[in-house]
Amino acid sequence: MTDTKQHYVVERSTRTSRFASGAAAAIILALALAPWWAGLGELRILIEIFYYIALAQMWSLLAGYAGLVSIGQQAFVGLGGYLLFALAIFGGLHPIVALVVAGLVTAVAALPIALVAFRLTGAYFAIGTWVIAEVLRLSFAQFPALGGGSGISLPAGIVRDMAGSPEGRQFLVYWVALAIAFASIALVLALLRSRWGLAMTAIRDSRPASESLGVEAYRTKLMVYVLAAGMTGLSGGLIFLQKLRISPDAAFSVSDWTALVIFTVVIGGIGSVEGPIIGVILFFLLREVAADWGSWYLILMGSIAVVTMLFAPRGIWGLISSRYDLELFPVGRRLRVDPERRDRKE
Amino acid sequence: MDWVNAVVQGVLLGGLYALFASGLSLMFGVMRFVNIAHGDFIVMAAYGALVIVGATGLYPLWTMIAIVPGMALLGFVGQRVLLNRTLGEDILPPLLVTFGLSIIIQNVLLEVFSADSQKLQAGWLETASIPIAGGLNIGLMPLLIFVSALIVIGGLQTFLYRTPVGRVLRATSDDQETVRLMGADNARIFAYATAIASAVVGIAGVYMAMRTNFDPSVGPARLLFAFEAVIIGGLGSLWGTLVGGIILGVAQAIGAQIDPGFQILAGHIAFLFVLVMRPQGLLPRMRG
Repeated sequence: MTDTKQHYVVERSTRTSRFASGAAAAIILALALAPWWAGLGELRILIEIFYYIALAQMWSLLAGYAGLVSIGQQAFVGLGGYLLFALAIFGGLHPIVALVVAGLVTAVAALPIALVAFRLTGAYFAIGTWVIAEVLRLSFAQFPALGGGSGISLPAGIVRDMAGSPEGRQFLVYWVALAIAFASIALVLALLRSRWGLAMTAIRDSRPASESLGVEAYRTKLMVYVLAAGMTGLSGGLIFLQKLRISPDAAFSVSDWTALVIFTVVIGGIGSVEGPIIGVILFFLLREVAADWGSWYLILMGSIAVVTMLFAPRGIWGLISSRYDLELFPVGRRLRVDPERRDRKE
Repeated sequence: MDWVNAVVQGVLLGGLYALFASGLSLMFGVMRFVNIAHGDFIVMAAYGALVIVGATGLYPLWTMIAIVPGMALLGFVGQRVLLNRTLGEDILPPLLVTFGLSIIIQNVLLEVFSADSQKLQAGWLETASIPIAGGLNIGLMPLLIFVSALIVIGGLQTFLYRTPVGRVLRATSDDQETVRLMGADNARIFAYATAIASAVVGIAGVYMAMRTNFDPSVGPARLLFAFEAVIIGGLGSLWGTLVGGIILGVAQAIGAQIDPGFQILAGHIAFLFVLVMRPQGLLPRMRG
């Protein structure tokens, strides 16, 4: 008999993803050096792109992997922003230290919020998170020390002491924004590659089946929700560190921090690491063209998202990756024939 | 006395919230589907009434003759053409499509009607009131809205439990697959359910336009009130929805009595309190 038995190996990375890792390293290096090659205007746009990437990654992680569709992520953006202002103004912390603490405290605050929101499932969970964000918005409007309903600016002294010069401050905010975008992608990759990631996709595909195999759905979802909240709070702190002014309506804005994020993720491709990045880049390209269209711009974004959801529910990245079998970030597992080990059957 | 008055006004306000909520409750009951644009549909109906009054000078209440069937038709067509495509195992498509619709409707209304606050003038009905003992007055309009809510919910209940179509809707709510095996066409049943829910949205929209100021951005808040009334009352129970609306209305009225800034916050907190203490709601009939 000349029949052969083939050996298989499980691969996590592909040639494309190895190439992409190299390219990603080069892009990150180039972006880190941006203060030396880009003007302040470009840096400002890049900062925005970075925090939108972080927000989009976190929303995609919740909705695309953990099955938690939230319309209330603005709760954590606002909480992070307000905590940063409170810690810097009343706690006397350096804004960067305050930013980190604000992210941690937001994650801790997400725990009791989750205990309430998790009593609802599916679509009702989505609206429940929205109610909670509204409660926070209305509550922060009641604090006169934080400017009440009209908001508060970061005092000039704190802004001045942040870095040696106004330019230095802009650079510092830029690097922090880059770090947050990078960390958000790294967090999603690390989670997906861990046993938690396996648990998440199992729960998403079938909760009863995964629970019968011993996956603890509730604890897994809770952990993902808290991590996403912390990262979203960190982004919120950064957003208002750049804006230098915060008000309840800006901090807890559903259209800025959730609607646009949802649209970018849906258009780019939900349930992938690449999709949110593509969506955010498209969103900013579109904004360059359509910035003056006012509300027509939001109508356009909403329409594209609705059409995408109806006809290509995996978004642009879903179309590309299924057409060309691509994967830039090594999160999946592939089966491949091992050419070196091929035994003759006796 | 102020407090008694606040509670009475809150109960009456609850009637409007029950009208907001019963369409949402009916659609969830039959299709397990939550329309995030529900509040924006209410606002759309209100603007429809505004346009009719502007064009014809009709008394606002009579616009319902056109708005209610108009919304029902819109709901029927919208469900058949758009929303039926999103239904399935995955909850993402219906949620995200209706969320997209919500943002689109708000911004189209903003372009067409501007952000100016609007109200339908209801003339004598706005000021007329019935004096009750001890200086307490019940406004005729809030009373009319409350009684309408009773009639609408009673009518829906009779329809669901006493008619053949209602029986099919309830059967679909219990088990979609089996109903299909029995020869019913789910797509058509869903379209009927949405048409009925949209007719109620039409009634709610006209009443809202007569009772309060509105602008293109107020839809999401109406969605949240409707949702809170449904959850407080218990999923699937129409009378529960009325109880939920009343509790929400009373909580808001008491909050407003303490401080005008607390009105909405007090309603949300009452909802969260019920959610923590009794997540299945007060009069539950089904499991989410």
